[in-house]
Amino acid sequence: MDMYSDITLTVNGESVTRCVESRTNLVDFLRYELGLTGSHVGCEHGVCGACTIRMDGRIVRGCLTLAAQAEGAEVWTIEGVSETNEIRPLQKAFVERNALQCGFCTPGMLLTIAELMERKPDASREEIREFISGNFCRCTGYQAIVDAVEIAREKGANS
Amino acid sequence: MKPAPFAYAKASTLEDALSLLAEHGDDARILAGGQSLMATLNMRLSAPQVLVDINRIDGLAGINDTGDALRIGAMTRHSDVETSDLIAQHAPLIAAAVDHIAHPAIRNRGTFGGSIAFADPAAELPACAMALDATMHIAGLNGERDVPAADFFEGLYETAIQPGEILTGVSIPKIADGWKSGFMELARRRGDYAIIGIAAQAKFDGSTFGDARLVYFNAGDRPVSTPQTAALLNGQGWSDDMAEKLAASLKRELDPPDDLNADGPMRKHLAGVLAKRVLGPMAGA
Ligand SMILES: Cc1cc2nc3c(=O)[nH]c(=O)nc-3n(C[C@H](O)[C@H](O)[C@H](O)COP(=O)(O)OP(=O)(O)OC[C@H]3O[C@@H](n4cnc5c(N)ncnc54)[C@H](O)[C@@H]3O)c2cc1C
Ligand code: FES
Ligand code: FES
Repeated sequence: MDMYSDITLTVNGESVTRCVESRTNLVDFLRYELGLTGSHVGCEHGVCGACTIRMDGRIVRGCLTLAAQAEGAEVWTIEGVSETNEIRPLQKAFVERNALQCGFCTPGMLLTIAELMERKPDASREEIREFISGNFCRCTGYQAIVDAVEIAREKGANS
Repeated sequence: MKPAPFAYAKASTLEDALSLLAEHGDDARILAGGQSLMATLNMRLSAPQVLVDINRIDGLAGINDTGDALRIGAMTRHSDVETSDLIAQHAPLIAAAVDHIAHPAIRNRGTFGGSIAFADPAAELPACAMALDATMHIAGLNGERDVPAADFFEGLYETAIQPGEILTGVSIPKIADGWKSGFMELARRRGDYAIIGIAAQAKFDGSTFGDARLVYFNAGDRPVSTPQTAALLNGQGWSDDMAEKLAASLKRELDPPDDLNADGPMRKHLAGVLAKRVLGPMAGA
């Protein structure tokens, strides 16, 4: 037990080993230690969703998870899922529908919606709104985001 | 903000966690899902010296059928409760409540035991635990003890869990034939803590209520049971007249606080509105 923790985890498919201050949260670790600045930091108390990342197959708040807790975990960030083309149809639909303006919320929003499409592929517009209720967007008014989810679902892997 | 420095210890067994807590006393805090604790650390509302992480302890997570009850392990994540067939079948009140807790990413980490142990008066699960007569299982260095929900919530963020103890699980009696439950909350936005909410359960003979239990959340410093109002329902069916009687009784029986979202009188009014919206449909009206 220490003020520092040694961790080894997989980030975007690559193994990473570091020694971190135990109080370091996961999103700061990704941004400052690994230079993966795609995950954003807004409120730092779980409210805005900008820091959303995927850990062991599920989205989590990067600001409410310690890097030390990610020992042995498989972490994916927006950089990783963009590179693998996993969310390409969704990203295209975001562009097509103008579902981002400043883009601050977008990485967290995309990872959240990727989980929605997997867990609730037939979600209604209302259910889409519920699922993204923890991801604040100050620009778009959400309408375009919900539209983009529907477009991405229709076009699917064909786009 | 960032948390003040702390040491981090990953407990591998319950005994390990209990001895770490014993060793560090008041300086240590249990880290479960972290969805309440990490936020308070980030805002420096608290600054423990040591965090004892109980996430890797085998056997603390999972939902088990124990015959007449379901035992929900303390480290069971909200999202696993949400998708559990056992919960859907035997604990419909919990099933109805759980997706009102925060948002998907928070439910993926936040735990059943953490919600019960944190005892936020605005939280859904403590009220459900009261309405269902749940039993809390608490472990200490001297063994495990059971505390009924009615004796567990002692005040604002205060529970029967003593320093050095860990909540290991909660047993929820399975819903019996003829019983129905109802749940509703009023919140400004989906996922926000409720302005006020209700968890209800009753036994029905046709459309006649029996053994009704009504528990409100965010209506006091802990989940608030309203036995006098519930008693008005027993032996009766649903009617507009009943709705009015309940609303009047709730105004006498509840003494909710004022805050930025609503003042006490407004909460009293909303308690009556919730009773009407939940209990009428339960009786098939
Ligand atoms: C934006 C946001 C919105 C939220 N909205 C809601 C909501 O609407 N309704 C709701 O109910 N909750 C809400 N929450 C809180 C969430 O449900 C938490 O998951 C829950 O309150 C605490 O569970 P945890 O496992 O995360 O506990 P932690 O944050 O890890 O711990 C909370 C406290 O309980 C103690 N503790 C935890 N587990 C145990 C145990 N097994 N034994 C003894 N002590 C223990 C810890 O030491 C700590 O003091 C919200 C959180 C956020 C960030
Ligand atoms: S920065 Fe994590 S939720 Fe806002
Ligand atoms: S695009 Fe600016 S916050 Fe969503």
